[in-house]
Amino acid sequence: MVVMGGKEIIQLDDVNFYYGECRALSNISMKFVKNKVTALIGPSGCGKSTLLRVLNRMNDLIDGTKVEGKIFFEGKNIYAPDVDPVEIRRKIGMVFQKPNPFPKTIYNNISYGPKLAGLGVEDMDTLVEQSLRQAVLWDEVKNILNKSAMNLSGGQQQRLCIARALAMKPDVLLMDEPTSALDPISTAKIEELIEALKKDYTIIIVTHNMQQAARISDETAFFYMGNLIEYNKTEKIFTNPDMKQTEDYITGRFG
Amino acid sequence: MKWRYFKQSVFFSLVRASALIITLALGGIIFYIFYNGYSVISWDFITKPPTDSMTKGGIMPAIIGTIYLTLGAIAIGLPLGIASAVYLTEYARQGKVVRAIKIGINCLAGVPSVVFGLFGLGFFVIFLKFGSSILAGSLTLGFLILPTIIGASEEALKSVPQTFREASLSLGVSKWQTTYRIVLPNALSGILTGSILGIGRAAGETAPIMFTAAAFFTSKLPGSVFDEVMALPYHVYVLSTAGTNIEATRPIQFGTVLVLVAVVLGIDLIAIIIRGYMRRNKRW
Repeated sequence: MVVMGGKEIIQLDDVNFYYGECRALSNISMKFVKNKVTALIGPSGCGKSTLLRVLNRMNDLIDGTKVEGKIFFEGKNIYAPDVDPVEIRRKIGMVFQKPNPFPKTIYNNISYGPKLAGLGVEDMDTLVEQSLRQAVLWDEVKNILNKSAMNLSGGQQQRLCIARALAMKPDVLLMDEPTSALDPISTAKIEELIEALKKDYTIIIVTHNMQQAARISDETAFFYMGNLIEYNKTEKIFTNPDMKQTEDYITGRFG
Repeated sequence: MKWRYFKQSVFFSLVRASALIITLALGGIIFYIFYNGYSVISWDFITKPPTDSMTKGGIMPAIIGTIYLTLGAIAIGLPLGIASAVYLTEYARQGKVVRAIKIGINCLAGVPSVVFGLFGLGFFVIFLKFGSSILAGSLTLGFLILPTIIGASEEALKSVPQTFREASLSLGVSKWQTTYRIVLPNALSGILTGSILGIGRAAGETAPIMFTAAAFFTSKLPGSVFDEVMALPYHVYVLSTAGTNIEATRPIQFGTVLVLVAVVLGIDLIAIIIRGYMRRNKRW
């Protein structure tokens, strides 16, 4: 197992994951470091998105899936029988590949989670503003908070989704190719945002864009066919990887 | 080449003719009812009870009865149908059991309405001792329209994007809250669209209410859900088969049918207005 510097927040201990008979993750053991950006890279179908969804138990929603091994979040196994996945998802937020705001107003998109999770927010207006500011969207939407979120552009919608996740004040933010549906300008904005957010959050991001992984992440993990091939500092992975497969992928020889 | 165009134009003409025939048939029916029935329509006809052994007077008790029975059927069928559909699409593990339930629902949709009537008589009227009443009739009609409502609700629930559910669940919102706050509100307009068909059917059926709710004649309005009522479809049936003077009441029969069509359209219109109001905020 690769040991990273810094305090770990999530630790995977020999994790296997199955869709029915099909094994999607094999013997994954790794640690995610607090307040760092970790990029998960690898060709399509390598298991990186599956891994992301295992971390907040979103894969529970698919019939016929099975997890083996242990995943510790702040020292507690999130697959222990007494753990409520709903609680886990409050602490580990998620941003999806395609922006998916609710067909509600901008304000209600943000307030939805905290209100229903019963966080007991006293000043919702402040929380909404705070979350939108964190996602660098406030100035663009402050005058249209009561308009439908569906009117926003794709890039704005994705930042709204980030703000929506941040409003729950999670510890970890999982991002599943958050910029793959966006234009370069919106992508740049989201990347800046990720840079700023790592002060307060641990970010784990799946990306198909090598430059993006190199630009924004501190650590990079390379997956291939459900196996963790190499996991190291991003500089090391992109300049002098240990494994031939990693080098081939990064230099574009396959994938 | 020419031959191909010829075939095409023949085919188009056939399709067009089919559409025209349907329209003509519908128009013909409505015209025929209107032509034969409009002469009896008056304010008194819709506000007064029948008189002179139902050969004169109005049909007010039957209008009220049909409205009660239809609303009762909706009140029973809609919540039950939506709840079943939510279970089937959102909660149940897709597998043999769910498939068996769905086959059962489809079979229920194919059961002749007179069977529902007899079941209602045996179960609600006699076994549960509701008597021939609005309650028994509404329950019977509610069950009759259940498959329509379940089918429509299932389709509507399935059309809500999966990404909405994921987004909500990923925020640490529970499954029930997600269903109640996100999935159902977005499915409701679709549910209503499909249910309108059921509403029309509930208002128009004769057989299910014949033994469970409908009175041959009563001039007083129901005081509780345990009272019998007159109903428009049954009134037509009575006048045209067992009335005191079948030929003389022909115009009243057509007038009653005309009112029945108007009542069904009226209830549909309310549902359409509610649906339009719900759709305003919906866009994805």
